[in-house]
Order: sequence, then structure tokens, then C-alpha cells
Amino acid sequence: MKIAVCIRHVPTREWQPRVDDSGRALREQDASYEMNEPDAYALEEALRLREKHSGEVVVCTAGPSRAAQVLREALARGADRAIHVEDDRLVSISTDSFVVAGALADALRDERFDLLLTGLQSDDQGAAQTGVILAERLGLPHATIVMDVQVGDGALRVKRELEGGWFQWVALPLPALLTIQSGINQLRYATLKGIMAAKKKEIRKVTPASLAAPRLAIVTLDVPRKTKKTEIISGTPGDAATQLVRKLKEDARVLA
Amino acid sequence: MILVIAEQRQGTLHRASWEAVAAAHELAGEDAVEALVLGSRVSGAAAELSQAAVAAVHVVDHELLDPYTPDGYVEALMQAIGALKPTGVVLPHTYQARDFVPKLAARLDCPLIADCVGIVRGGKPAFRRQIFQGKLVAEVSPEGRFPYLVSIQIGAYRGDSAKRAAGAAPIKALNAVIDPSVIREKPEPPFREARQAVDLSQAERIVAVGRGIKGKEHIALAERLATVLGAQLAASRPICDNGWLPMERQIGSSGQTVAPKLYVALGISGAIQHVVGMKGARTIVAINKDPDAPIFDVADYGIIGDLFELVPAIISELEKA
Ligand SMILES: Cc1cc2nc3c(=O)[nH]c(=O)nc-3n(C[C@H](O)[C@H](O)[C@H](O)COP(=O)(O)OP(=O)(O)OC[C@H]3O[C@@H](n4cnc5c(N)ncnc54)[C@H](O)[C@@H]3O)c2cc1C
Repeated sequence: MKIAVCIRHVPTREWQPRVDDSGRALREQDASYEMNEPDAYALEEALRLREKHSGEVVVCTAGPSRAAQVLREALARGADRAIHVEDDRLVSISTDSFVVAGALADALRDERFDLLLTGLQSDDQGAAQTGVILAERLGLPHATIVMDVQVGDGALRVKRELEGGWFQWVALPLPALLTIQSGINQLRYATLKGIMAAKKKEIRKVTPASLAAPRLAIVTLDVPRKTKKTEIISGTPGDAATQLVRKLKEDARVLA
Repeated sequence: MILVIAEQRQGTLHRASWEAVAAAHELAGEDAVEALVLGSRVSGAAAELSQAAVAAVHVVDHELLDPYTPDGYVEALMQAIGALKPTGVVLPHTYQARDFVPKLAARLDCPLIADCVGIVRGGKPAFRRQIFQGKLVAEVSPEGRFPYLVSIQIGAYRGDSAKRAAGAAPIKALNAVIDPSVIREKPEPPFREARQAVDLSQAERIVAVGRGIKGKEHIALAERLATVLGAQLAASRPICDNGWLPMERQIGSSGQTVAPKLYVALGISGAIQHVVGMKGARTIVAINKDPDAPIFDVADYGIIGDLFELVPAIISELEKA
């Protein structure tokens, strides 16, 4: 089975984004980046499917040159080769899912994958659209928020997560695209051997001829306005603990 | 005209549909709001929706729309949107919406602003949405073709505040032609995993751990706090994804919904999918080293600091008493 995994290079969760003077962009100078978490689960699922059914795992990212890091990491974890759709405009937070999915579709169409996997959403933008738009652009059926993948003869049976602890199995023909939910499997990390092996693997660069017009425009970026009055308890850990316990007993009355 | 696409399951309206109606009223201002419900045998849902202050409720009733499939829904909605020509389409940001709305937007080649928490009206509408896990709020406007599609975060609007009308709105049947061969997905009936052994919904006190706990070996620290508080131990999703605590202790949109008297969140950032499961708690305590963590927006008491220093101090304070 020939499987593609689309991976996004996102700022780490610890990074505190700061808005620049324009009010519409971020100061990213102090950011460090990592593999978008649900995409890591998608990669792991692809590697497991290859172990079971043999074939090839190709990882792909649409991003600026720095995003090659996420491809090297995926190769070190066991992917066979990589495609980097490289364009400096594929970074800014005003690059919406249409632009990214369009660039991925153009780069992946001729490869004729049996299965494409993406994470269900990105940790930075959280639009949850890229995978589904990519499926539509490639004319493929899709399923979202997937927690289990069974491969049969020319078809898939996948377990979709629904709200509030409900699930549903859905069958769909191959080729298809799935968006993977975190927790579908247990992740593996790169070994030293994997890192060495990755150095010999191919990262093919693709420069998009053109990018789709953005469908969204950022008007402003801001820190959230607090709506609830939180009582912040300060002091040394010991003082804070004493105050908290007293307040829980005397004010909130939730402790005896 | 602003069109609300309501969600129903087995003919019962999803309560988030009312939240979408409330958002559509705010977006429309003087402009008309109409609603649409699709499925098979959905007259009950249409009747409920007709109580809203909308100019019409359109019904696409087709046997191929039950069960839900993204292919079937997109096929029917392309025809409905073509016939009704709304300027904006509003939906609740449910799991089902996540599944088919990006496909609909791609087929229409129209903008989709997903998971919005607010609307900024003006010459051109803009929508507020959280980015970077709630650390920032972006105000975003749609570009290009109409209609623009907007999905509304669950809980961002109050369904009970959606304007109702004195008389019922007219219910109008809309025709859709669906070729069975366009539907490629074959869904099986929804199910729940085997009954959960732990029912956290009845717990009076809960200590919940998040990724700030760093490693499985530190779960014991949270467990000690839970024991001295007489509380149940719970977690955010990544803790269960990592296998540090069983899935049945997960709180949030894909876990349990709880409303204890006391909820102590340790190293939990406060992502919306977590918060929907616990915001009904009477008293919420958040301990987090990041002063900007969104959890402080729902907490009654907050301590900004390192949980590895604070939790032992709280345990010894409680043991003193
Ligand atoms: C469809 C869908 C469904 C989901 N369902 C759920 C769900 O049901 N439940 C759920 O919880 N999530 C759910 N999620 C995931 C959710 O979006 C968040 O990713 C998740 O809740 C984050 O968990 P967290 O707060 O533990 O981790 P993080 O967001 O990584 O936060 C960790 C926090 O710990 C703090 N911290 C770190 N070290 C310390 C320290 N030493 N002392 C104090 N604080 C510290 C950090 O400042 C940070 O705020 C879902 C996501 C999707 C897309």
C-alpha cells in the first residue's frame, strides 16, 4: 500500500505567541517548532499499516525551508521518502487551509496514493479543514477523527470518534483520505539508527507554480479578553497553599 | 439572507442548532434569517426549528440522507444553497460539521471560518476565533466568493437566548436529487464502548491532571492530593492518549462531562474541548505556571506557579488540618 502522510511544522505549545506592530502578524523570531501532534499519530498509524500490509510511507509538508526539519524527523521515525512543497508564503498565519490543501493536492496528485493521512487539525490554527479539502481536491472519499483503521480488499473500515464517548465504524473504498485523532496508537520516537538511516533518504523539493488565493483575511490578532474574575492567589508555595485551603473551606465551602 | 443549517439526529434537533440560530440572528442584524434541516423523516426537528424567529424553515427530506454521510450531505446542500442563494451560512461546530463542511466549502469554492466564538459586524462581517490553543484570538473576515460559511463553537452562544417568534415559521420542502452512486461511505450504527467502570459525573470533588504533570511517574503526586481531598482522579486527553491514566478518566468533549463541587486542574491549559466537560463545576481551582493559560478564564481561584512545588504544599496544609 502506498501511503502519504501530510505533516505540519508548528510552533511548540510552550511558545507564547506575540503580536507584532501591524496587529495582524506574529513575532516568530523566538519560536521553536515541532511536528503537529495529531500528525505524529497519523505518521505512526501509517508506519503500522506498512508493517502489516507492506508498501511505502511518503511524508509531505507544505511550508517554508525550516519545515524540512519535520520531514527529517519523520524519515528518522521510519518514513521511506519525503516531499517538501516549499514556499515562504506557506508560513504566515494568514495562509489558510485552502492555500495549504491546494498546494498539497498539486504536489501529490500524480503519485496516486492508495491512502492519505493527515492529523485532524493543527495545534496552531486549529481550523480542521486541510485534510478534508485535500480529499475533495483529489476527488477522494474521506473520514474524519479516526481512532482505528482496518484495511481490507480495496476498502477500509475505520472507527470514527463521535461526541461524548460515542464511536462509529464507517466503510469506504480506496483510495481515500483519513484525518487521524490523537491517541489512536502509542507513538514511537526516532532511534539513533533511524536518524542515521534518514540521512540517506530522499527529500524531494517541489516549488508550487502558483498558490490558491486566500479565502480568509486576518483583521486583527489579540490576546483573549478575560470574562471571569479569577481570584489569583500569590505568595510562596506554602503561603499560597494556606490561603487556598482557607478559601476553599471558608469562602467556597467545598471542604469540611 | 443568512441560512442556518441545523443538525438533527434521528429526527431530534441537536441543541447546538439553537446556538447557531442565536449567532445567525446577531450576524444578520436587519437581514433575514432562514433555517434548513436535512435528513430523512425530520418533520419533528423542522417543527421545533419553526419556533425560532426565522423567515422560513427549509426541509430536505431524502432517504439517502439517513444515515449521515459527507457525500450525501454535500450533494444535497450544493443543491439547496444553489436554490436559496444565502450570503452567509451558519452551522454549529459539531463533529458532524467538522466532517462535511470543509468538503462543502471546497466544492462551493467559498470561504469557511471554523469554530468561531464571536461576530464583529460592520460593512463586512468578521469573526473571532481562537488560535494557538486559545492563547490568541484572531478576527478573521471571509474573502472572495459568496456565500461564506461559518461554524460556531459549541457553547459560544446561548441557545435559550435565540429569538423565538410568536407564530411558527412556514416549513418549505426543498427537493434534492441524489444519485445513490455518489455516496461512497457506508456508516454502521453509532455505539459506546463497554460501560465505563468509573462514573465521574457523580463525583463531588475531582483532581484533574494535564500535560503539565510531565510523566507517568508523577501521577502519584496528583493521586495523593486526590486522596487527602477525598476526590476522584481525572485527566485531560493527552494524559489518557499517552496511557498514563485510563480513557474512562478523561474529561471533555470526547470524555466525560462533570459538575463536581470542586474541580482542581493541575497543569491543564484549558483548551475548549477540555473546558466543555468541566465548566459546570461549582468551584474551579487552576494551578498552572503560565499566567496566560486559558484555564484561568474559567477558574474561580488560580495559582500561577509550578505544580511540583504547590501540590506538596497543599497536601501538607490539608494534612495539618
Ligand atoms: C476533536 C477533539 C476532541 C478533544 N477532546 C478532548 C477531551 O475530551 N478532553 C481533553 O482534555 N482534551 C480534548 N482534546 C484535546 C484538547 O484540544 C487539548 O489538546 C488538551 O485538552 C490539552 O491538554 P492539556 O491541557 O493537558 O495539555 P497542554 O495544552 O499541553 O497544557 C499543559 C499545561 O500545563 C502547564 N504546565 C506545564 N508544566 C507545569 C508545571 N510544572 N506546573 C504547572 N503548570 C505546568 C502549561 O503551562 C500548560 O498550560 C480534543 C481535541 C480535539 C481536536
